[in-house]
Amino acid sequence: MSLTASIGQPISRLEGNLKVTGAAKYSGDYNVAGLLYGHVINSTITKGKIAQISTVKAKALPGVIQVFTHENRPSLAWFNQMYADMDAPPGSPFRPLYDGEIRYNGQPIGLVVAETFELARYAATLVEVLYENETFSTNLEENVADAHTPALGLATMLKPPPPKPTGDFETAFAESFAQVTADYSHGTEHHNPLELFATTTIYEGDGKLTIYDKTQGTVNSQLYVGNVFGLKYKDVRVISPFVGGAFGSGLRPQYQLFMSVMASLELKRSVRVTLDRSQMFTFGHRPPTLQSTRFGADKDGKITAMNHSAIAETSRFEDYTEVVVNWSHMLYPAPNTLMEYKLVNLDVYSPLDMRSPGGSTGLHAIESTMDELAYKLNIDPLQLRLINYSDRDESLDRPYSSKELKQCFLQGAEKFGWANRNPEPGSMRNGNKLIGHGMATGIWEANHLPAKAEMIITKEGKLKVNSAVTDIGTGTMTIMAQIAADEFGLSVEDVVFSYGDSKKPFAPIQGGSFTTSTVGSAIKAAGKALRKKLLKKAGLMDNSAFRGVPISEVIFDNGYIILKNDPEVSVSLRDIILANKGKEIKTNNLSVPNVFKLKKYSRAAHSAVFVEVEVDQELGVVNVTRALTVVAAGRIINPKTARSQILGGMVWSISKALREETIVDHGLGKYMNQNLGEYHIPVHADIHDLDVIFVEENDTIINELGTKGVGEIGLVGMPPAIANAIYHATGKRINQFPIHFDSLL
Amino acid sequence: MNNFTYSKASTVQDAVNRVQQGPEAKFVAGGTNLIDLMKYHVITTDALIDVNHVEGYHAIEARGEGGIRLGAFMTNAKTAYHPIIEQQYPLLSRAILAGASAQIRNMATNGGNLLQRTRCYYFYDVNTPCNKREPGSGCSAIGGYNRIMAILGASESCIAVFPSDMCVALAALEAKVNISGPHGDRSLAFTDFHRLPGNTPDIDNNLSHGEIITSIDLPSKGFSDNYSYLKLRDRNSYAFALVSVATALELEDGIVRESRIALGGVAHKPWRSAEGEAFLQGKEATKENFTRVAEIILTGAAGYQYNSFKIELAKRAIVRNCMMALNPETQLPGAQPSR
Repeated sequence: MSLTASIGQPISRLEGNLKVTGAAKYSGDYNVAGLLYGHVINSTITKGKIAQISTVKAKALPGVIQVFTHENRPSLAWFNQMYADMDAPPGSPFRPLYDGEIRYNGQPIGLVVAETFELARYAATLVEVLYENETFSTNLEENVADAHTPALGLATMLKPPPPKPTGDFETAFAESFAQVTADYSHGTEHHNPLELFATTTIYEGDGKLTIYDKTQGTVNSQLYVGNVFGLKYKDVRVISPFVGGAFGSGLRPQYQLFMSVMASLELKRSVRVTLDRSQMFTFGHRPPTLQSTRFGADKDGKITAMNHSAIAETSRFEDYTEVVVNWSHMLYPAPNTLMEYKLVNLDVYSPLDMRSPGGSTGLHAIESTMDELAYKLNIDPLQLRLINYSDRDESLDRPYSSKELKQCFLQGAEKFGWANRNPEPGSMRNGNKLIGHGMATGIWEANHLPAKAEMIITKEGKLKVNSAVTDIGTGTMTIMAQIAADEFGLSVEDVVFSYGDSKKPFAPIQGGSFTTSTVGSAIKAAGKALRKKLLKKAGLMDNSAFRGVPISEVIFDNGYIILKNDPEVSVSLRDIILANKGKEIKTNNLSVPNVFKLKKYSRAAHSAVFVEVEVDQELGVVNVTRALTVVAAGRIINPKTARSQILGGMVWSISKALREETIVDHGLGKYMNQNLGEYHIPVHADIHDLDVIFVEENDTIINELGTKGVGEIGLVGMPPAIANAIYHATGKRINQFPIHFDSLL
Repeated sequence: MNNFTYSKASTVQDAVNRVQQGPEAKFVAGGTNLIDLMKYHVITTDALIDVNHVEGYHAIEARGEGGIRLGAFMTNAKTAYHPIIEQQYPLLSRAILAGASAQIRNMATNGGNLLQRTRCYYFYDVNTPCNKREPGSGCSAIGGYNRIMAILGASESCIAVFPSDMCVALAALEAKVNISGPHGDRSLAFTDFHRLPGNTPDIDNNLSHGEIITSIDLPSKGFSDNYSYLKLRDRNSYAFALVSVATALELEDGIVRESRIALGGVAHKPWRSAEGEAFLQGKEATKENFTRVAEIILTGAAGYQYNSFKIELAKRAIVRNCMMALNPETQLPGAQPSR
């Protein structure tokens, strides 16, 4: 009767059917009688003041309920730190409708509330705004002289500043046998999840609100609403069962949440605010970043000196930072290092973590510099990585909890056929096409935060698990059910995982690849406690053979507790519930990472990426014809959803290296391609043969599950591998992303 | 979007009568561009007259004097996959299928394709100056981000490009545009239909208010033996051309008897060069001659800060596409460069 463990099984997403049939309801899909619709008005200037705002014409339309601006908004929290959310960088968070100051182009300056969405949208065009313009600056390259060291704050805990210099970089670099110096850059990128940002606030009366919000953290939104509007947390319930992609854009409460709640409280009505696609370009984004590297090596390829500097954009009001320059010394044990990271304040909204923030930026520079160094040394690029391989993280002088990167290199090279590559650039061709093979390494930190989970054996003897965590489309719901099922030897069908609700036990925002480890560990802790409790209850039953039996002497399997030494002796969970007067049995546990143990180790997922490109020799057109990512990320809970995560990262890598960019007109200080017709993400015809291999790691240190997370590792190594493959095909190093085909003419 | 009235026209005459009721009234067929423009407030209208239900213009007809007539309200998809187009005018089929997406081609009509507006970012953003949208307000693209803009035939008031793929093939095939209006019927040669921007970039073409395109005539010569369409863009589908080329050749023993070369994505209208085509006549169909033609066609081309690459790209695209036309089977889906 013993069941196979669920962990490790490629189970399809449990909510997949709901999603593909349209039955899944997203935050903008909840309807109640009398629902009102809000449409946000955005600033059309980049910097200045609102001299005058007239809402008379808009309000005169039948069906328009109210127009909110900074002039008639309700009184709000005065202290700006009340607006700080769990992901707020150091600074003063943006406060919608706070005053008439315009801080960036597209800033929300008003909300029209009407009986229909169409009417609200139309009425918004009738609001007349007179601005006083001030001079502004949005151009990073023109303002690097103003770069400053970022302010530190709470967010710094997960985003450490650059490590202190080691050795004597300048001398070592000057004396090194081979030297590479290079500059890298990429522009602004916007998350653009398919699902638009929407909040439906249901006005429950008695100061209570139920809020359906597109977010990566129900508790984060709950606390934000409570703090900003002065509500009791228990009166604010935030629900987000389905999220149609977010990629970091939902890590902070966005302004549609503020607008929807403000209007609901003021009008004492239920209000929905949905942003349109162009408004998706009016909040966070990946910041444009300028990088430079100087790597020096001895004649055997050992890196002796590494310098990596980055200057990134941020807003005038917050010092948003990323970990960009810390990675090279985590990968390569050079004795002389110099890492620098600075920010430039510009008239834009604060940047916001976007899938693999910092990692995909930094690894672009590091791994293309490594490729260039390999050519300078006349050493195979893969060989150069092996020469500089280390099981230790020299930047923090400690070992990795596990690191199977070498296996990734070896298995990947074998599967890809790396040995068949002629290293000479431009040497491989097929008709009009130059063929290039490139590779790169990826690394992403494996974090683990505190979280709670509740576990219940229901009256029917089924297992129910509760957590406030969201599922941003990654398969969280499915893998949490798998983890929970294994705690009791149940099949996934016998587990109900309820989530995406701030009323349920605390989970942090879903991001940084730490959700599986964080919530999964909480489930394991709850499972352990509940097993003990059930065994104790079983021991209290009449004539119980389990009385006084220690937990180590039993197994939980398929709805039964069984004596290890005598499998004939068992009791069903259902009978335990019956003996418990039919009442359910539950535990609610907090899981906290063992920081004393963990701080002795560096923890990271790694990847090796191999890419084949074809470049049209005369026309420059690039196609990624083949790519392979080999990932070592601890234990893989669900190979199917994990593979999808990596594939998604690989598609995004093609996007990042070759396609996507937010076009900025710095003369106007605004984004010009605010739609998916002109913001180019890959289409089917851009995607060819993609493959993923997982190299399992048995990591007993990192957490009880042995997981490292796979959300970001798919997007760090492949963009530079594409650039390196293009160099191999053409002999041209294009260090600016995205690589436009005309740069290869 | 502003409020507007919506009505269905039953005949062409009915449509023409209805649209004259006001200067803001517009015809709508597929609506694949017009509705977007209304949402962005680039175009405001008080009355939409739906012509989809007007019978008699949804098919392909053979014409007595040779050639065919494409109904204006037939969809781009039905046209591209029609056996007559696939067999006798494959250049047109290829060009249509290089454009937009399957969903859009299923809605978009042949007449509407000629009337689509530029995709210039500034034209779509009502908060920026644009002479095409608001005459006299200035051109933001000239000193702005002009990667996608024109290199031929532009003016000081507008450097926008016409985005169609289908029309590049129609220009090469020397189609004729049939028009009905308040003053009766008339026809325009394809090259006379669209305009260069000059001082009036707000006027895309020579269709007057009240007039409607009813059909497009193709001459009997379809160049089905030697043709090719090549489209170069920032992704492999669902992106407008940075440069596209339609090439149609008539060959006899390796000698070019007649050639048509039209460029898309480089000017305010599909671009043809009489000098270039004349040069090729009677010459051997060789890469060297195609290279010389490319130089002639791009004579006078001028780039701006971000789009000068288009000049060299267009030259190379012409050469490649002429080579592809020698072996049309080398064409790839999505009008990508041959292997």
